[in-house]
Amino acid sequence: MAATAKSRRATSDPLWLRIVLIGLSVGFISVLLVLPLAVVFAEAFRAGVGTYFTSLNNPAAWRAIRVTLLAAGISVPLNLVFGVIASWAIAKFEFRGKSILITLIDLPFAVSPVISGLIYVLLFGLQGLFGKALAAYNIEIIFAVPGIVLATVFVTFPFVARELIPLMQEQGDEEEQAALSLGASGLQTFWRVTLPNIKWGLLYGVILCNARAMGEFGAVSVVAGHRSGTNTVPLYVEVLYNGWNAPAAFTMASILALLGLVTLAAKTFLEWKVQQQLRADELTDVSPATALEPATAEV
Amino acid sequence: MSITVEHISKTFGSYTALDDVSLTVNDGELVALLGPSGSGKTTLLRIIAGLEIPDDHERSAIYFHGQNVARRQVGQRQVGFVFQHYALFKHLSVFENIAFGLRVRPRRLRPTNQQIHDKVTELLRLIQLEGLGRRYPSQLSGGQRQRVALARALAIEPKVLLLDEPFGALDAKVRQGLRNWLRRLHDELHVTSILVTHDQEEALEVADRVVVMNQARIEQVGTPAEVFHHPASEFVIDFLGNVNVFHGRIEHGKAVLSGLAVSDRTAGKDASPENRKNHLYVRPHELEIERRLNGSPAIPALVARINPAGAFAKIALTTHEGGDIQVDLPLERYEQLGLQTGETVFVSAKKARIFTPDYVI
Repeated sequence: MAATAKSRRATSDPLWLRIVLIGLSVGFISVLLVLPLAVVFAEAFRAGVGTYFTSLNNPAAWRAIRVTLLAAGISVPLNLVFGVIASWAIAKFEFRGKSILITLIDLPFAVSPVISGLIYVLLFGLQGLFGKALAAYNIEIIFAVPGIVLATVFVTFPFVARELIPLMQEQGDEEEQAALSLGASGLQTFWRVTLPNIKWGLLYGVILCNARAMGEFGAVSVVAGHRSGTNTVPLYVEVLYNGWNAPAAFTMASILALLGLVTLAAKTFLEWKVQQQLRADELTDVSPATALEPATAEV
Repeated sequence: MSITVEHISKTFGSYTALDDVSLTVNDGELVALLGPSGSGKTTLLRIIAGLEIPDDHERSAIYFHGQNVARRQVGQRQVGFVFQHYALFKHLSVFENIAFGLRVRPRRLRPTNQQIHDKVTELLRLIQLEGLGRRYPSQLSGGQRQRVALARALAIEPKVLLLDEPFGALDAKVRQGLRNWLRRLHDELHVTSILVTHDQEEALEVADRVVVMNQARIEQVGTPAEVFHHPASEFVIDFLGNVNVFHGRIEHGKAVLSGLAVSDRTAGKDASPENRKNHLYVRPHELEIERRLNGSPAIPALVARINPAGAFAKIALTTHEGGDIQVDLPLERYEQLGLQTGETVFVSAKKARIFTPDYVI
C-alpha cells in the first residue's frame, strides 16, 4: 500500500490542482460551446414546435436548403474524386514538384474564405477576366448558383486529400505491388486493394468536407451577392437575423447545428475506426531484423 | 524454367544499385542472392520480377526460358513474388488472399468458384494451415503469414518463385523451421526459385547455389561448399562467417606475419606477388591454441573471454599489440587445455587464405 501511495504521489498532481484544471476546462467548454448550442435549440423552439415548422415551411427556407444541398452535392463528389487522385499520386509516386502540389492543396486552408470568394468575382464577375465573354453568352456565374458551387468546391478542396495522404503514405504500396504481381490490372488493384484499405479515412474526409460545404459562409457570401434566390442555409440565417426574424433564424441555425452534431458523432466513430485499422496495420508490420554483420577480428 | 539476366544496371539518381550484372539460374534450381544491405540483391530480384525497370542499355536483357521478358509488365511475367513484410491483403481472409490471383484473371481464363475452392484448399494443406482459411492476416503469427504469402504466390502457378528476404522479419526459431520447410517444398515442386537474404547461414543451408553480392556487383557464384571453402575474394570470406584478419607478407611461398607463418595456404584466385603487404584470412576454427611454443610459428596472446556454450568453445584473445583474435576450439580440446581467462597462450594457424589487397595509390 505504501508503495502505491508513494508512486501515485510521484506521478500525478495534487487533488486540488486536478479539480481546478478539470473544472476550468469543463467550464470553458460549457460557456463557449455547449451553452450556445443549447441556446440555438432553445431559441428555435421558444415559440413552440408549431412555429418551428412554420418557419421551415417557407419557400425561401426550402430554396436555401436546396441551394445548400446542391452546392454540397456537387463539391463533395468532385473533391472526393480529386482527393483520391491527388493523394494516390502524392503517396505512391515520386515526382518533381510534389511538395508544391502538397502546398497548393493546402491553399484553401491558408487563405481567408472571403478572399476565396473574391477570386471568383475577379475571374467571372462582370468586370472580371472572363466577365465579358460570359456575359456575351448570357452565362451567370457570379451572384448565381454556379458561383456558390465554385466557391464551395474551392473551400472544401483540401479535406479529403489531407485526410488520405498520411494514411496512404503510412500504408505504403507493397500490397499494390503484390496485387500487380498476381496479375491484377491497375483498376482491379485500386478497387480490390487500395480502396478497401482507405475506406474509413476516405469516409472521414468526406464527412468533414460535407460539413464544411454545407456550413461555409465567407466565400459563399461574397459570390452570392445577397439575392434571395442564391441564399444557402448559412446565408439565409444571416438574412433572417438581420431582418429581426430571430425565431426563423434560429430554426435554420438549429438545422445547421444538428448537421454539426451528426458530423461530430460520425467523425468520432470514424476516427476510432481509422485508429483501429492503423493498429491492425502495425500488427501486420513487424520491423525488419537488423542486418547481420560478420564479425571480424584484426591483428 | 531458366532465368538469365545480362548486363543489368540500375541507378537511383546518383546511387548505383546494380552495375552491369549478369547471372543465369538453371531450371528447377533454388538460388540465394546473398549480400549486405545495399549490395543490390533486392533490386536484382525486383528487376527479374518486373517491379523495377533496369536502366536502358542496348545489351541488357532478361530471359525466361530463352524468351526476353524485359518489356513485359510484372503481371505478365507469371512470377510468384513473396515480400519481406508479407504484403498480405489485410481486409481479405486467408482464403481470399490465396484466391486473389485466380479471381482477378480475365473472365475467359478465370476458374470456376469450385475450382478456386479446390485450389485454395489444396494450397492451405500444402502450407499446413488447413482450417484457417476464414481467419484474417492480423489473426496469424508471422510465420503463418509468410506461409500464406507463399501460397498466394503459388496459386497463380508461377514459372518462377521470387522471395525477398522472406524470413527476415521472423525470430530465429521460426526462421529455422520455415527454412527447412521451404527447402522440402522446393524439392517437391521444383519451381525455379530465387531467394534474397542477408543471412549467410540461411543461404548456405537452403540454396543449391549461392550468389554473393557486394556493392552493386556479383562477387562469386557457386555451391554453398564452393563459396564457403573457396571464397573468391576478401569480401566473400569476410561475409560468410567469422574470420580473423592478419596483416603480413609472402616470403618464399609462406605467409609471414608477426611471427606467424602458415605453410599450407590456400590462395585466392589472384596469385599473390612475393614480398607485398597482404591480408591473411583465417577462420576461427582454423586456429590452434598451444600452451607453449613447439617450434611452429605462433603469436602470443592473452585469453580475454571464453564461451563454451555451443558446439565449439569460442575463445576471444588479445595480442600484445591490442588486436583481437577469435578461436573456435573443439570442446574436447578446450577441456584438455583447461584454459583460464587471463593466461597467455600461443596461437597458430592450421590454414589461411591470402588475397591481394586492392592496389591503392
